[in-house]
Parts: sequence; structure tokens; C-alpha cells
Amino acid sequence: MTIIAELKGVTKTFDGITALDNINLQINEEEILALLGPNGSGKTTLLKILALIQKPTKGKICFDNVEVTDKNIEQKRLETTLVFQRTVLFSTTVYKNVAYGLKIRKTSKHEIDAEVAKALKLVGLEGFEKRQAKKLSGGEQQRVALARALAFKAKLLLLDEPTANLDPKNSSIMEEVIATVNRESKTTIVMATHNMFQAKNLPHRIALITDGKISEVGTPTEIFGRLSKTLASFAALENTFTGEALPAENGTTVVDIGNGIKIETTAQNRGKVSVFVSPEDIILSKTRFASSARNVFKGRIAEILDLGSVARLKVDVGKPFTVQITKRSFYEMGLNLNTEVYLAFKASSVQIV
Amino acid sequence: MKAFQLIFSGDPRVFEITLRALFVSGTATAIAIFIGVPIAMLIALKNFPGKFLVKGFFNTMIGIPTVGLGLILFLIFSKAGPLGFFGLLYTPTAIILGEAALITPIVVSLATTAIEAVDPDIMNQAKTLGASESQASITVLQEALGGIFLAGIASFNRAVAELGVAQMVGGNIEHWTEVLTTTISLETQKGNIALSIALAIILITIVFAITITVNIFQRRRK
Repeated sequence: MTIIAELKGVTKTFDGITALDNINLQINEEEILALLGPNGSGKTTLLKILALIQKPTKGKICFDNVEVTDKNIEQKRLETTLVFQRTVLFSTTVYKNVAYGLKIRKTSKHEIDAEVAKALKLVGLEGFEKRQAKKLSGGEQQRVALARALAFKAKLLLLDEPTANLDPKNSSIMEEVIATVNRESKTTIVMATHNMFQAKNLPHRIALITDGKISEVGTPTEIFGRLSKTLASFAALENTFTGEALPAENGTTVVDIGNGIKIETTAQNRGKVSVFVSPEDIILSKTRFASSARNVFKGRIAEILDLGSVARLKVDVGKPFTVQITKRSFYEMGLNLNTEVYLAFKASSVQIV
Repeated sequence: MKAFQLIFSGDPRVFEITLRALFVSGTATAIAIFIGVPIAMLIALKNFPGKFLVKGFFNTMIGIPTVGLGLILFLIFSKAGPLGFFGLLYTPTAIILGEAALITPIVVSLATTAIEAVDPDIMNQAKTLGASESQASITVLQEALGGIFLAGIASFNRAVAELGVAQMVGGNIEHWTEVLTTTISLETQKGNIALSIALAIILITIVFAITITVNIFQRRRK
């Protein structure tokens, strides 16, 4: 297997605080590698170093076995690109945004037109060329950013939490595009995520990162199969809980995650397990209503995060659950900090990881 | 009435003075942008010792009294002054240079603010798309173009409406260094009120039109 990029003993400190500590990581050609870790674990710093826009305090970066130095950094930067978690678009049309990397590479106008159209088609934004990029919705903007990164076919595509700020529809479009680009264009992808479910399904390999250190690297089967200590300790990962799985009377499984919270799942695992519920799968309401959802909990909003078109809420029901709703729903429901709410999700939405 | 007649009859002197004022102030603005924008980029995008002092200097220079600056430039351009051998005193070039010196701090200050207001990730985003350091800086500049345009407009406004510098280094010589403000001042003293009013209407119209343009531009940006 060809190693496309490698970090050797990379350490990064900011004002005496260690963000990355002696990272050794190899990235194989044509793979999708997920950096899985809680917020603040160093994923973004690692991606910025790989994107060659931040220099490590110590250690080396190699691209195709050639060390990146001050002399070749601008040349090497042409081989990689990073899509930021927070969408950064230029104040111009969608076309000019997507064409940016191609223009830098002195591509002919004819080819630029073709590649821009192709990239926009891939992200489902055909015909958006003349639209002002910043006037699109949050999800569409993130898709423009992805199209821009795809247009010039970088060897190494870096994605920082590509679906973190998106609604379910845009999230699944992004995941589909990521998988397609890797499968069809053989693009090597490194993506940061704190979404267990995404990490289990999308990448070929996972690197677990916590407190600036990589603790384990392996395939999703290896990482989730052995339910490593590091993984279990990722309490900070949203909606991931560890508990004892016991059979329930109706043939489902109940996982006791502590504090009196029992989660019902259709999975049949037994013993100690980690469960994950996608924030998009949780229905939030101000009153208790009759539904087919097997899991209903009452709690209070403890945190509100504005993510553009969507709002991410942390609801304390005894355990903290992250819920994602559209901004419109947020305002229509008149939600605020400390508002009492009900969470509901189906047993089939609970994944055992 | 006579003032309006002067304006609408296409009086050659009114026309000549207006054109000169626009040319002198326009050229001064172009020079100020040419010098001021690179300085603004340096201040906004680079970290260097004493950066706050440089910023403070340009901010302070915005408020310099035009007569004070005019006097300094008079001393510099006068025969005994360090640049006296160029023979620039009482020429349109002297007014252009003087006004450029007056408005460059405005360009620097407003353009710095505009560049600093650009999303700091734009620079990094451009780099990750393959841009070199200079290409990324140009991209940042393009993002700040709206603010830089406003800086230029504000500077032109200041240049065309100022009196002190044009008076001191231009001398208001007929058919040579007369501009709107200096002629208004002199003709009023001479009692030629109709011409003064005509020129004042033109000056106010120019300033007013520019202000409206700026407002429309700002609204469109929002």
C-alpha cells in the first residue's frame, strides 16, 4: 500500500498548551481515514498541519516520502486541500468560488467550465454557477465548499467535520459525495468527525484522537469490535453512552446508561455496550405526545449552539443528549435555555457501536 | 439666479475650475490608494513590532488641520525648502501631492479596517486551494474591495472639499491652480458672490452625490 502522506513525531503547541503531542500517522493512498475524537481533541489542528497551513512546533510532514520544507511548501500545498468545518466562501458567484483552485493551477477556461459543472453536479448544485455563493443556505454553502475542493482533484482531500453543521438532508448528500469521490476518483480522504455512526460507516480506517494524542488506529471493525478503552472513554462524543445491555420482554434490548436512564434498542447485543443516537434522529417537543417512539425522556435545555440554518441543543435528561433542529423550529417553539422539553427516538434509531 | 445661469450656461471658467478640481482630487486619490492600500495590507496582515504605533500614527494623521499640513508642505516646496529645486510650489502638481499627503492616512486607516474585517480564514482557505502567499493576500484584498472602494470615495470627498492645502501650495492662480474651494474663498472676498455660489453648489453637489453613492453601495452590500 502506498503511503501518500505521513506525520512523523508531530507536536504542536499554542502559548505553551499542547494541541498535538508526538503524532505519528500514515495516510494510505485511496483510503478514507477518519480522525475520531471529541471536540478539542486536536483534530482540526492535525488537519491544518496536513493542509500545510499550520506549521508543527516539532516533527516532520512528508508527502510522497518527500519532507515538506519552506522551499517546497507552496508546491506541496497544491496536492492537498482542506474544507473547513465553518464554511468559508469568497464573496462572489458559485462559479468563481469553485473555479478558484483551477485558476490558481492555470487551467484553461474551457477546462474550468467543464470541471466546475462536474463538481457542482456531484454535490447536487447543477445550474447554481451564477448564484451569489454567500446568499445560499448553510447546507448549500457547505456543498459549494466541497465542490470547490473537488474541482481541481487534489490528491489528498481533508474534511473538518463535513456534516457537523448540516441538516439531515445535506448531511446525507455530503456523505454520499465523500463516498463517491473516494470510490470513483480514488481520492484519498482524511476527515475529522465526532460522529460515531459516521466513523463506523464511512471510512476504511479510524484514528482515535484524544487530548492531542492518537491512541489507536484500525479499521472500523477493529476499533468498534473491541470497544477500546479510549472509545468507551469518549464521553464527550455526542449521544454516545456506555451501559449494560439486557433483554427486554418485548424482544428488544434495554441499555441502562446510568442516572435512571434506560435506552431501548432493537439491536440484540448483550453485556457492556456503547450506544449512539444521531442528533438528527431525535424528535424534540415541548409537550409529551403519543408516538411510536420507544424512548421518551423529559429534560431541560442546557446549551444552545447556533449553527446557521440549524440549532444544536444539549438537553439534560439525566444524561446530556444533543439534538439538532432547524432554526425555524427553534424559533417557532419558543425555546430557550432551561426550557422543559421532551425527547423521543425510536428503538431502531439506537445504534450499538 | 445668476449663479444657476453660470452653472447651466456652461460658463467656461466654472467648467475649467470644476474640471481641475476633479482632476487634482482624483489624481490625489489615485496616489493615496496606490500608496495607502499596500501599507494597509501590511498593517492588517502582518505582525511586526510597533504595529500599534504605526496604526496610531495614521489614525492621528486623519485629523491633521489642512492649513497646518499646507504650511508644512509650503515650507517643503518653497525655494528654500528641501524640495524647492523641483519648482513645484503654486502648481497643480503641488496641490495633488499635498492632497495625497492629506488623504493617504484616511485610505490607510479605512482600508486597514476593511482588510481586518475580512474573515481571517479566507487567507488560509485560499492557501489550501493552492494559492501562494501573495495570491492569498490578493484574495483577501478582493474580499475587502468594498471597504477599499469606500475608503477611496471618502478620501476623494475630503480632497475635493479641503481648502488649506490647495490654498497654501496652489496659491489660487487664475487658469492654473484655481480649484473649487480656493476660488469660492477668494471670489467671496472679492464680492463676486454669484460665482462663489455657483461653485459652492457644484462642490456640494459633488460631495452629496458621492455620499449618496456610498450609501447605496453600502445598502447593496448588506
